Amino acid sequence: MALVELENVFKIYQVGDEEIRALDDVSLKIESGEFISIIGPSGSGKSTLMHLLGCLDTPTRGKITLDGIEIQNASSVELAAIRNRKIGFVFQSFNLLPKLNVAQNVEVPMIYAGVSAKERKERTMEALKKVDLENRAKHRPMQLSGGQQQRVAIARALINQPRIIFADEPTGNLDTITGDNILNLFRELSHQGSTIVLVTHNPEIAAVTPRRIEIRDGKISFSEDDRLAGTSLNK
Amino acid sequence: MILWNSIQVGFKQIWSHKFRSLLTMLGITLGVASLVAMAAIVNGMENGMKEGLIATGGLDKVIINDQSVPVWQEHLAQMAPGKTMQDVYALKNNATLLKRISPEIRASVRYVSRGDNRSRPSEVCGVTEDALFINQHEIAYGRWFTQMDSETAAPVCVIGSQIRDELFGDPNVIGEEIIPLGETIRLGEQLFTIVGMFQHYESEMARTERLAQKAALAKQPKVTRAFTNAVSQGSQSRTWGRPRGKGGGWAFDRKNSTIYIPLKTALIRFRMAENSLKIDDIDIQVKNYEEFEAALQQARNILMITHNRIEDFTFSTQETQSETIEQSIKNTRMSGTLIAIIALIVGGIGVMNIMLASISERIREIGLRKAMGATDAAVFIQIIIESVVLSTLGGLMGVAFSYGLVYIIQNVSTSNAPIIKPDALIFSMIFATIIGLIAGLYPALRAAKLDPIQALRFE
Ligand SMILES: Nc1ncnc2c1ncn2[C@@H]1O[C@H](COP(=O)(O)OP(=O)(O)O)[C@@H](O)[C@H]1O
Ligand SMILES: [Mg+2]
Repeated sequence: MALVELENVFKIYQVGDEEIRALDDVSLKIESGEFISIIGPSGSGKSTLMHLLGCLDTPTRGKITLDGIEIQNASSVELAAIRNRKIGFVFQSFNLLPKLNVAQNVEVPMIYAGVSAKERKERTMEALKKVDLENRAKHRPMQLSGGQQQRVAIARALINQPRIIFADEPTGNLDTITGDNILNLFRELSHQGSTIVLVTHNPEIAAVTPRRIEIRDGKISFSEDDRLAGTSLNK
Repeated sequence: MILWNSIQVGFKQIWSHKFRSLLTMLGITLGVASLVAMAAIVNGMENGMKEGLIATGGLDKVIINDQSVPVWQEHLAQMAPGKTMQDVYALKNNATLLKRISPEIRASVRYVSRGDNRSRPSEVCGVTEDALFINQHEIAYGRWFTQMDSETAAPVCVIGSQIRDELFGDPNVIGEEIIPLGETIRLGEQLFTIVGMFQHYESEMARTERLAQKAALAKQPKVTRAFTNAVSQGSQSRTWGRPRGKGGGWAFDRKNSTIYIPLKTALIRFRMAENSLKIDDIDIQVKNYEEFEAALQQARNILMITHNRIEDFTFSTQETQSETIEQSIKNTRMSGTLIAIIALIVGGIGVMNIMLASISERIREIGLRKAMGATDAAVFIQIIIESVVLSTLGGLMGVAFSYGLVYIIQNVSTSNAPIIKPDALIFSMIFATIIGLIAGLYPALRAAKLDPIQALRFE
């Protein structure tokens, strides 16, 4: 069974009299261990899709299954638990808490998971080692470069060993070289078995991933998988 | 786990906005400080009242006071006789329900002196033996006035221990007790011989304190006795802090600086210029407390005759006195508590204001925490705890502040020292905490309801 499965999912916003179909009848499957990018122009519905996949929101209509759990009917407490244990987020603007140091930032998801202080410490250092920042544990986010901050955010996303990681424009605030470093880190994580969904408007970045899905006006307009050796399914 | 972490986050949040938090806490601090200090002051007042009641006599004591004549007798006001010895004789002969009748004539003496030492008595009173019993005096040394003293208006007096302390020396300072029987002192300009001295009156607390001090003094090496006689008014035992009366309360201090002289002596030596037999006070004591009302009625009937049916007198009982005092204490407590609670509520509004400002600054943080798995409840608890930590810290500061306030009051005033009781502390801390809880409720609810997507989009 697929790790994530969307069946005829709609997300409709009502703004005044107007009905905005941010997602319009989307069906999609993501298998465990996949490295996939969602691409499309601004306003096409990428973030909306990611929010639904990441259990930050529920669909207007349709069925979403994540790791065997149907989330369209889940309560907010259940969704919080799923986000905490099964999902990791990486954002364009890093979203680190400025008042906490690097280690404390990485610890946050474990606090909500009820992990003991001792174990938190160990796992934090392990995760920081993975992103090559173990000697920056006591630094404040402000004292780090953009690329380093994003690596802290990745460490934080990994800390509860999630089933899937969502990265929304993770290189959007970085220069090309630093951005490439971050992409390499994702690639490495993918090799180690993580399931990663990369959201971007940039085709060059999307080219990094073996599978690409393009969205336009809330619909999947194009889907491509290098592993299927150029045999385009749609179109 | 999350709770402990929330408390830590709360402290961190407060610490990272030190000045703002301090200003916010100030409202709670002042509220708690005024609540605790107010309770302490009222406790002090109550204590003073109780001591006063004990020191001045029992419930069966009644004071006959002057009063302006009633309206319907106003045309007779000129003829109102006031209190005279006639009243005393009439009561003595006819008031069968009264046990004691004590007339008092006050001598207008400001200072008593001996050599260079001066002392200010609380009262110099001409009295009969009944005064001893009604006012619960105990002669420790010497004797009471003889019939001869009274009849010849002899210049003799019985003094309180504090008069002795100030004229002859305080045993706590000079290390030995002087009993000045037979010594001569001046009451105003007139020479009087001391024939007796009352015992030293003090509260339980003052007694234990004095004995402890004495024991401590005894441990120190003996100082030279050269200054035994070099006692002056200024050399009262002075310790650090307030120059406290040695009795441990105004009522005891007052009682310890009493001077009694025979009634006739007061009349002849201090009232010669006046041609009436007017007396200042008549204190009476009923025989049987069960017949209190009847005894008062009887006394009233007798006095109505001696006063030509003009009602220019009234009875003031200890009960009515303590009732009025208690009423005024109650009022003080009520208004003080009200003001303090208003201060606390204003402080609470300040806390709510700051919490609202704090969450709107942290919309992104809250959204992020939710994205990472914080439930609505966890966010709610975090904000509530921050609010409670803020107000509890403010409350603790208020408690410290109130101790300072009470210390200052203790040093400034000599009587009715305020007393901080633990129940006032506990009550005000609980109140401050509840205020923090309530103040945090609305901000916490708003934070918990934040939509993580909107919050993360927020710049
Ligand atoms: N809360 C909302 N209310 C109304 N319209 C929304 C809301 N969120 C997103 N939309 C609309 O949905 C569409 C898709 O938005 P989004 O998923 O953010 O696009 P993308 O991330 O691809 O730029 C846009 O037209 C956007 O205006
Ligand atoms: Mg977007």
